[in-house]
Amino acid sequence: MSEPKKFKVHVETALCQGHNRCYSIAPELFEVDDLGNARARGDGAVPPQLEEKARLTVKNCPEHAIRMTAKN
Amino acid sequence: MSTKQPVKDWATDFDHTDPAWNNDPYPIWDDLRKRCPMARSERFEDGAFFPSRYADVREISYDTEHFSSRRVIVREKKFNPVMPAPPITSDPPEHRPARMPLLPAFNPKAIEKLTPGTRALCNRLIDGVIDKGSCDAATDYAQHIPTRVIANMLGMDEEDGDRYRRWIKMALEEGIHDNSKVTESLKEMTIYFGQELAKRSDMPGDDLISFMRDQRVDGQPLPPEKIIGTLRLLLIAGIDTTWSAIGASLWHLAKNPQDTARLVAEPALMDTAVEELLRAYAPVTMAREVKKDVTINGCPMKAGAMVLLSFPAANRDPEMFPDADKVLLDRQENRHAAFGLGIHRCIGSNLARMELRVALEEWLKRIPQFRLENPAGVTWSEGTVRGPRTLRVVWK
Repeated sequence: MSEPKKFKVHVETALCQGHNRCYSIAPELFEVDDLGNARARGDGAVPPQLEEKARLTVKNCPEHAIRMTAKN
Repeated sequence: MSTKQPVKDWATDFDHTDPAWNNDPYPIWDDLRKRCPMARSERFEDGAFFPSRYADVREISYDTEHFSSRRVIVREKKFNPVMPAPPITSDPPEHRPARMPLLPAFNPKAIEKLTPGTRALCNRLIDGVIDKGSCDAATDYAQHIPTRVIANMLGMDEEDGDRYRRWIKMALEEGIHDNSKVTESLKEMTIYFGQELAKRSDMPGDDLISFMRDQRVDGQPLPPEKIIGTLRLLLIAGIDTTWSAIGASLWHLAKNPQDTARLVAEPALMDTAVEELLRAYAPVTMAREVKKDVTINGCPMKAGAMVLLSFPAANRDPEMFPDADKVLLDRQENRHAAFGLGIHRCIGSNLARMELRVALEEWLKRIPQFRLENPAGVTWSEGTVRGPRTLRVVWK
């Protein structure tokens, strides 16, 4: 078995148009400002039990604005 | 009004108001995607293009350098001067300042507050029909939900709904063939909203009209004509669209009892189901006007030509969505474009989703089994917004 990986999510502010799909799929990982633009909560770290949800937010963003990367 | 000729070839002579397109556009789009993904037509002034692939719709949506939103409806004769309804008809750099003040009224928190009232409204509508064992789900149920929600948001009389729907039909449907209908609709809405704005000049209020009156951009209030333009937009964009999404979803469920039973048994499926119904039956087709000569997917387009920007067709592209022609209520990966792509993303998308979800949830709680009374009797709106306008359903 490979080592458990740690991921973080990040919203590209320049691409986000406020569809809020990420926030509706994973409110634990994303928050939305007054204008409806999304950003990752805290430092974007994804707890292992939310990895699948995090992947879904990446795959459902109509603007391809969400990145999920290995956490350093 | 011109006498319409039958369509000779959808690739070179498409008509989005043709009865065949109106009855069932999906086979037409599938055929075009294979043999001519950038169809055209000379039926509309200065010519029009119809991209049917997701990738092309996406590219055009993002390209505000070559494509303008000043005209968002493909009409036989261009409407002059353009009918401004900022921000949907705004291009950069005017777009952002026109859109920003509206955004807080439609963010998830603001919409969440409207949810209990919408649930109650849906139940009042169901109370009115449930004992009859049948109703027109389009006109007795779906249409009243967005009409009353938007009237309440704007602080207007929800009993004025018939007038609103008449203006919308003139602007979006009849106005494709007859510009005098657009003029009439525009004039009546301008007078109506002018009066509403004047009523609020000396009284505080927490409705959306008062909210816009109180906005300041660089310390200055918004000019009344801009406020009125935006109010026209909110009315036009907020009613037929959501009415259509609710109606089309109920139409699907009436025809597919296995999907209905699954949603009743697994309410948690509603998250993905709502997105899938929005993908498969996306109601809204927008337009762009070519601003500078450009080539998209090998197809040269001249400035002045119109583009029928069909998010519904993009949503059915099998290159983007596996089994694009199937409704899969548990579709996990669904980057659909029902609310547009890029800077013009539907500002009311959170509101529309909430209304659709609540409308389906409350309906299914009380009418868990229903079917079409007469499948051939279902009629659809024409042109810019697609949804059922007659939808007789029966239940036990």
